[in-house]
This record gives sequence, structure tokens and C-alpha cells, in this order.
Amino acid sequence: MTITLDAKIPDGSIAEKWDNHKFSVKLVNPANKRKFEIIVVGSGLAGASAAASLAELGYNVKVFTYHDSPRRAHSIAAQGGINAAKNYRNDGDSVFRLFYDTVKGGDYRSREANVYRLAQVSVDIIDQCAAQGVPFAREYGGLLANRSFGGAQVSRTFYARGQTGQQLLLGAYQALAAQIAAGKVTLYNRSDVLDIVTKGGEACGIVTRDMLTGAVHGHTGHAVVLATGGYGNVYYLSTNAMACNVSASWRAHRKGALFANPCYTQIHPTCIPAADEFQSKLTLMSESLRNDGRIWVPRDRDETRAAAEIAEEERYYYLEEKYPAFGNLVPRDVASRNAKTVVDEGRGVGPLKNGVYLDFAAAIARDGVEAVKERYGNLFDMYERITGEDPYSVPMRIYPATHYTMGGLWVDYNLMTSVPGLYALGEANFSDHGANRLGASALMQGLADGYFVLPYTIGDYLAPKLGDTPVPTNDPVFTDAISAVDDRTRRWMDVKGTHGVEHYHRELGKIVWEYCGMARNEAGLQKALSEIPALRDEFRKNVKVLGSPDGINTMLEKVNRVDDFMEFAELKVSDALHRRESCGGHFREESQTPEGEALRDDDNFAYVAAWEWKGADAEPELHKEPLEFENVKLTQRSYK
Amino acid sequence: MTKMLNLKLRIWRQDGPHSQGAFLDIDADGIPEDASFLEMLDVVNERLIADDIEPVTFGHDCREGICGTCGVMINGQAHGPEKATAVCQLHMRKFDDGDEIVIEPWKAQSFPVLKDLMVDRRAFDRIVEAGGYISAPTGTAPDANEIPVPKEVADLAMDAAACIGCGACVAACPNSAAQLFTSAKLAHLNLLPQGQPERWRRTENMVETMEDYFGTCTNHGECHEACPKEISLDFIAFMNRDYVKAKVKNRSLASQR
Repeated sequence: MTITLDAKIPDGSIAEKWDNHKFSVKLVNPANKRKFEIIVVGSGLAGASAAASLAELGYNVKVFTYHDSPRRAHSIAAQGGINAAKNYRNDGDSVFRLFYDTVKGGDYRSREANVYRLAQVSVDIIDQCAAQGVPFAREYGGLLANRSFGGAQVSRTFYARGQTGQQLLLGAYQALAAQIAAGKVTLYNRSDVLDIVTKGGEACGIVTRDMLTGAVHGHTGHAVVLATGGYGNVYYLSTNAMACNVSASWRAHRKGALFANPCYTQIHPTCIPAADEFQSKLTLMSESLRNDGRIWVPRDRDETRAAAEIAEEERYYYLEEKYPAFGNLVPRDVASRNAKTVVDEGRGVGPLKNGVYLDFAAAIARDGVEAVKERYGNLFDMYERITGEDPYSVPMRIYPATHYTMGGLWVDYNLMTSVPGLYALGEANFSDHGANRLGASALMQGLADGYFVLPYTIGDYLAPKLGDTPVPTNDPVFTDAISAVDDRTRRWMDVKGTHGVEHYHRELGKIVWEYCGMARNEAGLQKALSEIPALRDEFRKNVKVLGSPDGINTMLEKVNRVDDFMEFAELKVSDALHRRESCGGHFREESQTPEGEALRDDDNFAYVAAWEWKGADAEPELHKEPLEFENVKLTQRSYK
Repeated sequence: MTKMLNLKLRIWRQDGPHSQGAFLDIDADGIPEDASFLEMLDVVNERLIADDIEPVTFGHDCREGICGTCGVMINGQAHGPEKATAVCQLHMRKFDDGDEIVIEPWKAQSFPVLKDLMVDRRAFDRIVEAGGYISAPTGTAPDANEIPVPKEVADLAMDAAACIGCGACVAACPNSAAQLFTSAKLAHLNLLPQGQPERWRRTENMVETMEDYFGTCTNHGECHEACPKEISLDFIAFMNRDYVKAKVKNRSLASQR
């Protein structure tokens, strides 16, 4: 099968494309929608909003989640806010400005048409969520409040305290609950998706394992929608939840869906550093802390004194020295890389010398403790709870951590992957953030895809299928997929090796973080490419899975996920190796400006790298979707 | 150097909802005080695995205190000794070297044990499905600023909406009542202007679904004490008032037909 990469970008000016497209797509009439079955995998912002909206339209929807309740998807942990081009502040915002900021923030590696549509529907999202009862922050007059966020000069971020993701997800979850009660959505909770099923090159269903009984089932539908999040846990330590995984996307990739830009990962600069070898995940501290905190490390690598005893001239305020104009407020990627540099030089602080100081002493001296408490009280409490240190009296220790992944399954303008009938939404697709995502844009994209894009575009695929019955689950495509899953399970149970799954996940994470983390170079990536397959072989021969497959078995759940990460990691590193330029979150040391900033190579790399699976023993094949910028001028970022 | 703790754990182990359970007594030595409680369980599990014993199953996911997946009884307290803290955010420095720690699943009939420390909380979803939403199909919404919401109202609704659905309120309650959970969702929606059209049917349906699954509230207040988000007991009073009103309102609304 040869794959042609057609993004199906509609005709017309950038502002007209979405309207033109909405008019030109085929429709399924209301009475016929109930004749279609749609499978939605994942119940986060993208999945829940899509499932609820499709059910409201009349489609029969089946939702699958590995959680006990759809409300627990990791969208819930997003803190900051959601962008929308409402221009409620009268400060010059517009759809075009949000579009422009997003393309620029993504370092010119996203698709213009998708990003423009995202900016267009952003305003509808806020209306929708307010109508659902999302308790957004309000002014005394009762109207919506806004805050500003990184990468923008306007105030366009809507928020619900520091729990915006939670409140938006509860809104979508409640809309979903209404549809479950109405019988239009069937919920399959505690169901792990272990494979995607295709027939004649089109998606027709999934294979799941019931996590309570261990039973493996096939589920059929006219279309399959993946809203399964990102791949940040390939690093082992990240701000992702423990169960976040790449498996559904990876299984889809193995069934023909191209995987785009897997090297793009966002590393968030302000997380709490690991405390010990047992660290299981990292916690993000809001970026807003950099507004008042000063970042420094001791000049002396052998420094052992407490922070307060180190004199001013013995402190190295490296961001303020190197970037006098932006200082501590340089973008996420720049702040992260510089923290890595000083820690690698041996200047790190804390018992493991694995962090840098974020010091509020100056802000407290200037504005008083009360003012600082008013601004950051809840964050300081959270820090104290986790570290046992009081940030009012000693500086915080921070270090960057993996936070979000911009790459994902390649999708066209309709959000359909290269497998017909298979869609990818939210963080699981690659389309809108390019090589770097701006703050408060992840929630916007997840809900845009689910509420306002997929419900329009999916009809175009379904309309010609009116009258087709879904492939029955006793069809060989299902029975073969189910027996492949059973075989895989049996293999794990039979290995009876010496190390638990966690051990291998941790080892994989170390390799990927070391060589494909904040800074990458040819030699390191080559090294990773030799170490990952060796680790994978050792893992498959020597992993220990205890217990029975016929019931709850958390080791079995995890071994499949880590296995998929092992394969995915190799693709991610290969992608990083092939992209011999720096852009956004992808920093190749060979490609930097004299000032040490990311240097793009637009002549050679202004394309989406979409990889095709060619089998376990073959090299993946690269397909390129050229990126054309007709509305935004490509420039070099500078923060000096 | 990080302080290390040597602990004596009693962990509840149970194969399935219908199996007989029993405590596993196990020494957990060399636990760093900077570890979270769940990381301590991770360490215990890795040691069990090394000895070819199946690891202890417990619910957990975000480990940031927001997803509501985790929750165990620690020495009889839901989420353990630290106030306003889910168990994933509880750290071992709150314990002393040599402590005995008893770890059990939520104990409530409506939350059957699935395995070890993991329970089934689907009854909560049934309550939400009974009316814990505002019917606003996608695309129907007016401009977000067309309906002003007084700041005080939005803030109070947010206080209620902060509930993470962990079930600690039910586990801590001597009656296994779910009033705090249900009233938090009701208050969130019933306070807002957008929630008014469905207010009375929502209240009646949710309260009665709650009563199908859970015990009755006798105002102990243990739920609030255990709640990692410190949801206020006031919401229960608010719910009781609305429920009485709903009984009348729903009748008179019906008589208008």
C-alpha cells in the first residue's frame, strides 16, 4: 500500500477555509445518524467532548476508558487556563492574532489551516463551557475574568482558579453522563485498548481487555476515534499521570496510521526535582512563579552552604546575566535548557544536586510576605507538602520535566489519520502546536477537536456508508486480532524473568531523557538507537509478570504499555536524529545561533515528518508533508 | 542526607469482591522520608515482586491530588493523618521511624473491594448521570458574557465544584453516606444561573439515586474532616433545603401541564 499524504486543506483564504469546508462536507441526516456506531477511546477533554457531542447529534457512541470513571482522565490535572480570542479585554486580540501567536510559538512547524480553525472555534468553546456551568473566574460585575500567559501580549486566558483542566473536564464529563443516562453512549470503563482492527484498510473496531476480569473482547463500529493523549511517559518521569501511555496510538501506527513528529516534546521548566530513586512522577509548579522568583545557582561547583549563607556575588543568576531583556521570563524551552546546562556543569542544588533555586527573597523583601502569599499561596503550600521545605524562608528548588508532547498521529484537516475511518483528537494528534505549545492551548485544542471539529468532519466519512452494517466481531479480522492479544499475554506470563516492569520502564526513561531530552546531538541519538533495542530485547526476555491474566493484574497492564513505549522510543529517537535542525522543543546542539538559541533550517525542514511502520525488523519510512506559510512570516526567535 | 524510616505495615489483601481478605504484615525498612505514601507502596511492591509475590493493587493515577483515583484508610483515617491532603500528596515525613501503619481499602457497602486496596466507586457516576449536569447540547450556547454570574456565586460554585470524587467522605462516614459528594455537585450547578431550569428535577433525581446506593446522613461531619478538598458541610444543608423545595416545586410544575 502506498500512502499519499493529502492534508485535504480546503480552498479559499485562511479565514474562509473552515466555512467553505463545513459547507462542502457530506452530511448524515438526523434520522440516519442513529444507524451509525462510533467508538471513542479516551475520556479526557477531547474524548468526552467528542463522545457527548456525537451522541447529542444522534450517533450511537461507545466510550472506552481504562479509568474507573471518565472524570479521572489526565486533562483533569491542567492548572493554568484556556485561551480564546474573545477580545473581552479590548486589548487588540483577534482570531488572527491567536492564530499568529500559535504558529509563531510553535516555531513554524504547524499547519496554518488547522491552527486558524483552532483560533476560530476557540470563542465557541468558552460559550459552550459557560453554558455547561463551568465556574470560570469572574469580575465583580459578573463577567468573565482573564489572565495573560506566556508567548502572548494580550490577556486571553480564561481560568477556574488553578484547576481549569478539572473544571473543563467535569463539564465534558457531565455532558457525557447526560448522554449515558439517555442511552446514547455506552460506557466501557476499566477497559484497556490493546489493538486497533482494520478491514480492507479501513478502521472497523478495537480489541480491549476488561481490566477487572481479564476478558478480551472485540468491539465494532463504523469509525474509531482515538483521544488517548500523549507519549510523555516514554521518559518514565514526567508530569503525566502514571497510566498515560502511547499504546492506542502505537497500535494504530502498527496498523498503518502514520506517526508525525514524535521528537517534539515540551519540557516544562518549573517542576519539583526528583527527591530519590523511588520518585514515581514529577509535579509541575505553575510557570507564573517566574514572574517574581529569581533563578540562580551557586557559582562554586563545590558549594555546600545553605542558600541564605551564599553571598550575592557568589550567586550565578544565569538567566538574568545571559538574557538581560527577558531575564527569568524567557520561554519555556530556553529556561529549561539553561537549567540543564548549569546542572550538568555541577552547579545543581539540593541533596542530589539536580535542581536550581527559584528564590522569592527579593519579592518578599519588596512586596511583603502577604503580597506573595496572595499571589502564590496555594503553590507554596503544594511545594511545602511535597518537599517539606518552606518556600517563604528557603528558595524553591526546581528542574525541568517532560510535560506535553506536540507530536502524535498524523491527521488531515478532518482529523482523520492515514487509516480511513480512524480519527485522532487532542494531544494524540500532531496538528496544531508545531514544535512547541503555548501555555493554555492544550485545553483549547482538546475541546476544539471534540466539540467543534470532529462532529462536523466525521459525517463526510460516514455519509457514503449509510446502510453498511459494522464488521461483525466474529469476522476473521477480529478473531485474529483477539488471538494476537491472547498470544501476547501468554508470552508475558511465560517469560518468568527476574526484573519487574517498573525496572525496565525506568531504564528506558533514563536513555530517552539523557539522549533525546532537552538537548540532542548526533552522537547521543546514535547511542540511544543502539541502547534502546538492546534494552527492549533484554526486557522481552527477562521481564517478570506475576499473577493471573484472568482478573485484575496491574503488572500485565503495564508490561504491554512499556513494550509499546520500547518500540515507540526508537521511532522518536530516529525522528530526532533525522531532523538536523533545532525548532521549538527540539534542540539539536549542532544547530544553534551564536547566542545558543534554537536555529531552524526552513529550507530543508519546513515539513511534517510522518513515519510509516514497515514491520518490526524494518526501518520506518519517512513521508513528508511540506508546510506552506502564506499568512505568517517566518522569523528567528530572539529573547536577548 | 535523607532520613530513612523503618516501618511495620499491615496491608489489607483481598483477591476479589467475593473473596475472604486478610492482613499482610510486612516490614518496610529504608523508606526515604521524602517519598510519598504511594511511592512507599511502590517500594514495598518492588520488593514483593523480587520475592515472587504479587504486588498490592491500589488505585492511583495523577499523583497530584486532583484525579481522585487514590484513597486508602491509613490507621483508620481516610487519606491518612494530614488535613486536606489526598493520599498521593501525603509524604512519609509525616510518619516516625518504627511506626506501625495499617492500610485498608475504603470501607463502604456501595464501594465493593475489587482487589486489595482498590474499590469500585461507580455508584458516584450513577448519581451524576441522574442529573449532575446542565443540558446544553454543543452549539446551543449564547455568548459567555450574556449571562453575568456574580463573583461571589461563581466562587462558591467553584468551592463546591472542587470535589475530586475520591469517596473519602463515604469512607469516613459511620453511615457510609454520600451527602457531601452529592451536595457538592448539586451546589455547583444549582447556584449558577445556567443551572436554574433543571434545578428541581436535578435535585430530586440525584438525591433519590444517592439514597438507592448510600446510607443516611446524621450530621457527624466526618466527611468534611476527611475531604482532601475541604468541601463545606454547608452544601449539605443547601441540598436538604433544595430537596424539600423540589418536592413541592416538581409537583406544582407537574400540575401546570
